[in-house]
Parts: sequence; structure tokens; C-alpha cells
Amino acid sequence: MPLDQTRTELSTTEEARRQIEICNACRYCEGYCSVFPAITLQRSFSDGDITQLANLCHNCRGCYYACQYTDPHEFQINLPKALAEARTESWERFAWPGIFSGLFQRSGVAVVAALIAGFALLFWAGQALRPESGEGFYAFLSHSVMVAIFMPAFLLPLLAIALGLRGYWSEVGGASVRLSHLKRAFAEAARLKDLSGGVAGGCNFEKEDRYTNVRRWHHQAVMYGFLLCFASTGSATLLHYVFDMPAPYGLFSLPKLLGIPGGLLLTLGGLGMAVLKTRGEKELGAPALWGGEMAFVLLLSFTGASGLALYAATGTALVGILLPVHLGAVLAFFLTAPYTKMVHGFFRLAALVRNAQMQEK
Amino acid sequence: MSAIAEKVWDVVVVGGGNAALCAAIEAAESGRSVIILEGAPKTYRGGNSRHTRNFRCMHRGPLSVLTDSYEEDEYFDDLIRVTKGNTDEELARLAIRTSEKCLPWMEAHGVRFQPSLSGTLSLGRTNAFFLGGGKALVNAYYNTAADLGVEVVYEAQVTHVEIEDGRFNAVEVEIAGGAKQRIEGRTVVLASGGFQGDIDWLARAWGPAARNFLIRGTPYNRGVVLKDMLDQGADSVGDPTQCHAVAIDGRAPKFDGGIVTRLDCVPFSVVVNKNGERFYDEGEDVWPKRYAIWGRLVAAQPDQVAYSIIDSKSANLFMPSVFPAVQADTLEGLAEKMGLPAGKLRQTVDAFNAACRDGTFHPTELDGLATEGVEPQKTNWARPITDPPFYGYSLRPGVTFTYLGLKVDETARVTMGGRKLENVWAAGEIMAGSILGEGYLAGFGMTIGTVFGRIAGQQAAKGAVRGENSHAA
Repeated sequence: MPLDQTRTELSTTEEARRQIEICNACRYCEGYCSVFPAITLQRSFSDGDITQLANLCHNCRGCYYACQYTDPHEFQINLPKALAEARTESWERFAWPGIFSGLFQRSGVAVVAALIAGFALLFWAGQALRPESGEGFYAFLSHSVMVAIFMPAFLLPLLAIALGLRGYWSEVGGASVRLSHLKRAFAEAARLKDLSGGVAGGCNFEKEDRYTNVRRWHHQAVMYGFLLCFASTGSATLLHYVFDMPAPYGLFSLPKLLGIPGGLLLTLGGLGMAVLKTRGEKELGAPALWGGEMAFVLLLSFTGASGLALYAATGTALVGILLPVHLGAVLAFFLTAPYTKMVHGFFRLAALVRNAQMQEK
Repeated sequence: MSAIAEKVWDVVVVGGGNAALCAAIEAAESGRSVIILEGAPKTYRGGNSRHTRNFRCMHRGPLSVLTDSYEEDEYFDDLIRVTKGNTDEELARLAIRTSEKCLPWMEAHGVRFQPSLSGTLSLGRTNAFFLGGGKALVNAYYNTAADLGVEVVYEAQVTHVEIEDGRFNAVEVEIAGGAKQRIEGRTVVLASGGFQGDIDWLARAWGPAARNFLIRGTPYNRGVVLKDMLDQGADSVGDPTQCHAVAIDGRAPKFDGGIVTRLDCVPFSVVVNKNGERFYDEGEDVWPKRYAIWGRLVAAQPDQVAYSIIDSKSANLFMPSVFPAVQADTLEGLAEKMGLPAGKLRQTVDAFNAACRDGTFHPTELDGLATEGVEPQKTNWARPITDPPFYGYSLRPGVTFTYLGLKVDETARVTMGGRKLENVWAAGEIMAGSILGEGYLAGFGMTIGTVFGRIAGQQAAKGAVRGENSHAA
């Protein structure tokens, strides 16, 4: 059966499988990332295997530029794209509730709409539920209102993502997780090992077949920036409830020491990712998602920037505007998270854990 | 395009694969102006180098990804074994000795090496594997060349090398099918490969059977420059009728199928021709030592095709193939699907099965599990073909390269009528026949290309300076 006979009729999963089987007969790319060593463990690939490999791929693109079978070769290999599309489809399959599947991931407009809705809600809350008294930003929105809005806006998406991960784990045939799997997976995620190009010392993105680390560094900035911001909020929650030390906090407090560098990293990293995105070849990812991904990364960056602006405006009247703007962005980010590119972090981590299991066998 | 025809280039490099790039980089690093005329479009640049994956390298101790040591004499012995002595010892030893210094040079010019691939562990000591394979190496060199200011023209088919009184003046070139242009140079490096892409030439050389051969690599190695040079009287080496052919999956594309069309199932199979008859000992030796002779064996069969048949016992014993096997629950069913005479296939397999003996089967070493009383004998891994489902792969000869080439000396200089041309050098497949007169040694093509590409580039750079001075004087 010639390989090119029925390609146009193949489903996303079948197309990814077709390409992976060619890769498994070649194996030139073993040194780039975790995907190829994982491919060599098997001879045939179930739908679950394809899902696992697709989520293991970090879209570093090294394999595409190294491949002697890319267009116009009749084998038509474009593995980064095939896996990006299979990956996206898997996230949509696991999205809960299914009604939101694909909405924010595919549409930048929907992300912007969510953002505007977030602003609107917070401005309304600021007007309608304005506290009688309060210090710092609590003068504009009381702690109890914030908790009432953000507690469910944080927990519900987490629940949705957890359900999605459960679906993922079952589809890829995951086994029970041991500490060694987690250690390996977190170590790889922390270094973004699979965006490093292995011994290439860089991935291929904004400079075509030249290896650079620019995208990886920007991604690191976003990832660690986000985690620092998250830790900042977490520390503030602890200070509030455990140590009875409500906001506002000074510069040398834990929330600020974590939040300011976090916000800077998130803002600049996100902007950098957005600029890089305009330079990378669209056809090596999932082109239909470009708008949704761009909106997501800009939303992240905006969330960071508005948080910093809010802090900078401390004590001025601007807080009354910046507070709902920042919180509106945070709200939009959290509520859409199970249905935006945000889920990639969770599914990739799950894929790394599963890969640790597979490689251990 | 006229801009490139308006100046006199220090070094004109004909071809755009590994050897051409090494030459161009060397010459450019000497400060010379260099133009690369690559016959293929950008997407297919790099000739056969884009399909390669490793570099066979001498080393006296651990070197980069290479373990242990691999010294000159062992390397040379390996070469003698595959070429049956059909080599130029002086050039061969030069290539081998220089390879050790080439590996760090390659790394310094952008090539990344990775540890030996799964399934090729046996080569981890002798061969350094390119991360991503040969195309990644080619990409790295094009980037390095670009950074050095080398001009690269794609789809530039050189049709004639102008040589007068032993001296090169210019090349005639058609760019993207356009009108002929004349590009002048002080020196030229010919690195445009063999002629295996020209099926008519292959058929004239080998016989009409060659029309059924598949070409594993680039369709752009049509030997145009080689023929032009030979027509002008350049000295040649290598058997003009021979090509290196291996047995590959018969369903591979006519050109450019590359590594994935390899089939490693032969030692565990019975191989029949289109009449359902066996014709050679499938278990003579481990496959890496035998895949090359099977190209010739299949070429000698009617219609240049053969069929390798295994049963379910052996289905997972070899590297996965790019095309799924033809599969059936009965031998007769398999014969029908593959267009083989069912009765005859049954008879052949029954006779083979009856000749199999009890013993210990060991897929990764010569196990001596041989048939008795069947011709031809299978001397290793002979297990009866009995357990459905049955699987079949068709085999065809896949041409890797041709042996005919330009004769060069130890400075890669081309000769004509025994006289050295003043300013013409050659590197890569176009001159590899000097060293590889027969057979093939994995990763040695890249060694020849790198060593002689660099030498040619250095020599051409010096020659260009001489040319400039003599013109100024």
C-alpha cells in the first residue's frame, strides 16, 4: 500500500500514526527529545499511544528541520504539526464540560470576550458591593467579595482539569504513580528538557533550522513567573488566615518578594513568547489554534502587567480602576484555563509521568 | 542572477552536499569569495548527504560520542575486507588518518553528534551519529557557509566545466531551467556526486535490468558534471558498470526513499523469486554484513524482484519497516496477495520446512541452526515457516551510489591524461571510487566527503591566491 494513497482521508490520529510509523523505521531524531525514544519502545501504536506521544511532544521542531521526508517528499512528514493537532484534539476530548471544548483554545476572540466579561463583573462588583471601609485594595473590594468570586473561580477549573487528566490517564493506559516517576517528570518539566533539543542545545522556532534557546528561556520566564505569582497569592492567603496579617503588604513581605519578580517574568516572558509566535512557522504547529494561543499568552502577560501596575498605583485613585482590571484578567484566566492552552502544562506533565513509567519498564 | 555572472569568483563549488560544503567553508575561511552551485532546489539540497546518518572516525581514545578507540590499522582492515583490496591505499589511509581531526572540526562548524541510535549499538565505537541525521548536518553547514558569506545558488545545474590547456576558466550553468550562464572562477571544486539518478546511464552501464532498480538517494545526482569531465578526457577510477545496491522494500519510492526503506527480515525468512523458488542462503551471516550482496542477488532474479516470507514467530525480530507487511492466515492466501504462484510457494516452503532441524535459535548471533537436504541451504536461523499469520515483503535492489569517478591525487587534484589540472579539485562521491572500489563501509562516504572536501577547499583557496597573483603580474 503506497503511503500517500489515502492520506487526505486520514483522521488526525491516523495521520499522526502514519508519520510515527515512518519515524520508527528511521530513528535519526532520537537525540532531540523524549518522543523518539518513546516511539522506539513499540512497533504498533494504539490511539492511546498516539495521545501520549502527542502530549510528550513540546513542539521544539528539531525533528522537522532534520527530516529528509518533509514536503515535497511523498512521505509528507511534518511530525510537529501532526502531533500538535493530535494533542489539541485530545485536550478537546478530555475537556469537561464538553460544551466548552475547543472554544477558547481555538478562538482568540472568545478569550478576549472572557476578559471583557471578567472586567465587567469586577467593575460591577466594585460599584455594587463597594465596602464601607477597608485598607489598600480592600477599600475598593472587600475580602469577602473577593473570596466569594475567586474561590469558585479557582476550584471549579481545577476540578475540570482534574477530570480531564483522569480521562487522559485512562486513555494512555497509565499505571499507578510512584515517587520516582514524579521526580523524573518534574525534573524534566523544571528544565523544559524537551524544549532543549537534546545535544542540539536549542530548539528550532524563530530562526528556522538554526538552534536557539530564546523560546525555551521565554517559556521558562512565563512558567516560573506564573508559579511565583501563584506562590505570592498562596503566601498572602496563609498570612491572612494563619497569621492574621491581612493585606496590604510592604515591599519586603513574602507576597511582594514572590509577586514582583513573578509578575515581571510573566509579563516579559509572555510578551516574548507572543513576539516569537509571530516569527515561527505557523504550519509546524496546529495553525487553527494560532489565534487562541496568541490570545492566551497575551492574557497571561496582561495579567502579570496589570498586577504590577496595581502595585505601582498603591495609594492612588488609579487603584479603583486597576483593581477590577487586574482581577478581571485573573478571573478570565482562571475560568477559561481548562479550555485554553493553559491545559498543556497539566497534560504535558501527565505525559512526562507516563513516559517515566514507560522508560522504567 | 546576472550579478553572480559578473564577477570572477575565487572558488566555484559545483554541488551542494557534504563534500561541497566542507570545501566551501574551508575556502571561505581562508578569505576567498565562494559560490556554491547546487543542482537541487533548497528543499532537496545536500545530495545523498541528506540521507546519511554517521561518520566513520578513527580515534586513539574516547572522542566526542565515540567510545574506546578505533585505530588506523583496524579501520584500514575493515576497509580492505569490504573492498576486497580494491582501494588506493595511500588515499584510503589519508582519509582514515585525517578523519580523527575532522570530528572536532565538524563540531566547530555546527554539526551535533548523538550517542549511537537504538538498533545501531554495534557502531557506537566506530561511527559518530549526527543528531537528526545527514539533513541536520547539511543544514548546519549551510548556516555556517551563509555566516561566512558564501553565495549559494539552488537549482543550478552545471552543464559544462570549461577547461583550456589544463586550466579551468568558468562553468556553464542553467539556473532554475533558465538560459545558460557562464560563471567565471579562479578555481573549481567538483563535488556533484555520482550518476545513479540517471536511469538511462545506469541501464547502459549495468544492462536493462537497471530500469527496475530503485534509487535510495537523491534524484539530482545525474552525473552531468562527471560525464562532461570524462568527455573532456579527465582520468577516471572505478568500475563504470557497477553501482552499490542493497536489497530494500520493493514498495519504496523510485527515488529518495532513504533509510526507512531498509528491510532487516531476510535472515529470519525464506526468500523466493517471482516463480516461488529460493535462490540463496538467507542465513549466511548477520544482516548488516549481508544486505549489500542481496541487492545484487535480487538484481539477478527475473524482473529484479524477490519476496521475503516469515511467519508470526519472527514478526518482531527486526527493526520495524516503513511499510506494513502483506499479511495472510495461509501461505496460499499470502501468495495470492503478493502475486506469487501459490502451489509453487507451498512446495518451496514445505521443502524448506522439512529440511529444518531442531536446535537453539538465537536471533542476534550466528546460531548454526541450519537446514539439511535442501538447496540452497540456509545456514543459520532456519526455523520452519509454519505459524500463521504469514507475512511477506517484496524486495528490490536499491542503488546507493555508483563507483565510476574522477581520479584524484592526495591533494584532491583532478588529472587529465595523467597531467594534473592546474586549478580543478574534486571531493565526495565524484571521486570516492578511488578509495571505495567495491563494497561499502558504513559511514565511510561521509569520511571521504569531509576529508577530501576540506582538502579540496584548502587547496582551491591557495590556488585562487596563486591565480590572482599570476593575473596581477
